[in-house]
Amino acid sequence: MPQALEGSQAIARTVALCRPQVVAAYPITPQTHIVENIAKLVADGKLDCEYVSVESEFSAASVVLGAAAAGSRAYTASASQGILLMSEVLYNIAGMRIPMVMTCANRAISAPLSIWNDQQDSMSVRDAGWIQLYCADNQEAVDTTIQAYRIAERTELPVMVCVDGFTLTHTLEPIELPGQDEVDSFLPPYAFARALDPARPLSMGTLVSPDHYPEARHSHHHALLKAQQEIIDADLDWAGVSGRGYGGLLRIDGGDTAEIGILTLGSVMGTLRDARSEHPGRDAVKLIQLRSFRPFPIEALQQACQGLKHLVVLERALSPGAGGIVGSEVRAAMSELRDAPMIHNYAIGLGGRDVPLDLYQTVLDMVASGGINRFSILDADLEKLPPEDR
Amino acid sequence: MIEIRIHGRGGQGNVVAAYLLATAAIDEGRFGQAFPAFGAERRGAPVVAFVRIAERKLHRHNQVLHPAFLVIQDEALLHVPGVLDGLKPGGRVLVNSSHNSELLSEQYGQQFFALPADSLSKEYLGRPLPNTALLAAFLTLTEVLPTEALNKALRDRFRGTLLDNNLRLVQEVATRVPAGIWEDSFHATGT
Repeated sequence: MPQALEGSQAIARTVALCRPQVVAAYPITPQTHIVENIAKLVADGKLDCEYVSVESEFSAASVVLGAAAAGSRAYTASASQGILLMSEVLYNIAGMRIPMVMTCANRAISAPLSIWNDQQDSMSVRDAGWIQLYCADNQEAVDTTIQAYRIAERTELPVMVCVDGFTLTHTLEPIELPGQDEVDSFLPPYAFARALDPARPLSMGTLVSPDHYPEARHSHHHALLKAQQEIIDADLDWAGVSGRGYGGLLRIDGGDTAEIGILTLGSVMGTLRDARSEHPGRDAVKLIQLRSFRPFPIEALQQACQGLKHLVVLERALSPGAGGIVGSEVRAAMSELRDAPMIHNYAIGLGGRDVPLDLYQTVLDMVASGGINRFSILDADLEKLPPEDR
Repeated sequence: MIEIRIHGRGGQGNVVAAYLLATAAIDEGRFGQAFPAFGAERRGAPVVAFVRIAERKLHRHNQVLHPAFLVIQDEALLHVPGVLDGLKPGGRVLVNSSHNSELLSEQYGQQFFALPADSLSKEYLGRPLPNTALLAAFLTLTEVLPTEALNKALRDRFRGTLLDNNLRLVQEVATRVPAGIWEDSFHATGT
């Protein structure tokens, strides 16, 4: 029986089901409700966990780094400037190969100041060495959070679960929360082989000379690539427990007859899914939800895009002066195909601009009009700008 | 699918109203979705929230642009540009007002129902908190969900005297408001 839950509340209750031993966080909208709800569960005696209040996101990340290194299952959440302030520690957590999970309630980055949703924050730390999984709705956020702990603990890599801020975190929807026994059966107690222990001293993240640094980086890169199989397995195995699966690295709607593919990450996919299901020409279009952005699933993507004539990449971030971030990576992956689709790359919904249902038709019209769009911000109204900025 | 837009002011329980309505739908086995339009919220500032109720799961997470129903918690908001925008042809407006429904309908060219939710909530809750009274009126007018579903959603969220007073308020409104007179608007709006 599904429950009516706000996204943040659903995520908080899910984190509690994963039995974290240490949670440290600093409030920043739109993530605040998640850690507030966890703090309340701890205060009410419903979750046996050390909740550490800190004075900044840098400290929040540092506390969970230490806690996880000492062998605790740890959790934090943040967004936007909070992610940026954490970023130095995020690289350290990943570089030390410390398993933990955090939620990024995706939000735009200043300046100009915007408290609203896009994905510039998690994209800005895409090279930190974390696994990044993007969720299309709150049920997926619940299920992915549980999967994330297993992936993290099996790969010894941290996992960032990316959930669109406000658009998902503040939306109330029916949610199936799994039972404690189901989560316990999927997530055995955390046992970190390299846990800090005075009886077995070891050092982490120490100075590495040029004699070993490239090998350490190779090893980290290789671990992320190998994590693809763990992401697929976690999704399959959790589907066995819960009945809900999300396609592993990619979720695909549509079959081989499709000539146009639309690829995106996060909640925009849900809107596209509804638009496609109501559209008469739906068989000509395949939707590709990129669940795993890191590791970047090149082979799975190439397979999903076989036979497509056009591939539209929609993303909620950009690399100013270059263009799309996801779009550039997808273009590179497609360049290895014999009959690569034409790539059309757009940013949409930046800084919380609503992404309407008719985006789907707009995109199909753009493809039909011919030509190719290397990159543009699709919903930017250039009339609002002085002529020299258009 | 029914789409509803709720206008109010910070502090009037706008988001709570949207969450209660969607919760009532979910408790009745329907799909319900509720979310606010976000801003730098502060007490008294105009705020907006959205609700969708459907027979099957919806995946979309876009704003409601063409609601079949508007619920307006402060009639002064009728003077704010955009508040009535996008209402579907045949759509209805439920407003917290002591004015006459026919006069409002004539003045704004839309079909209004006016409920004096401020005075009702003052009487039952001790302060002007119009959201529960308006929800009770909405469910009675449309019969989209039984008012008992709203009572259950209230029980999930509130306790003690506050809950009891809200339940009495729902009952009072349900007897005052004509039942089912907006049922036809589902057909008119194609929902």
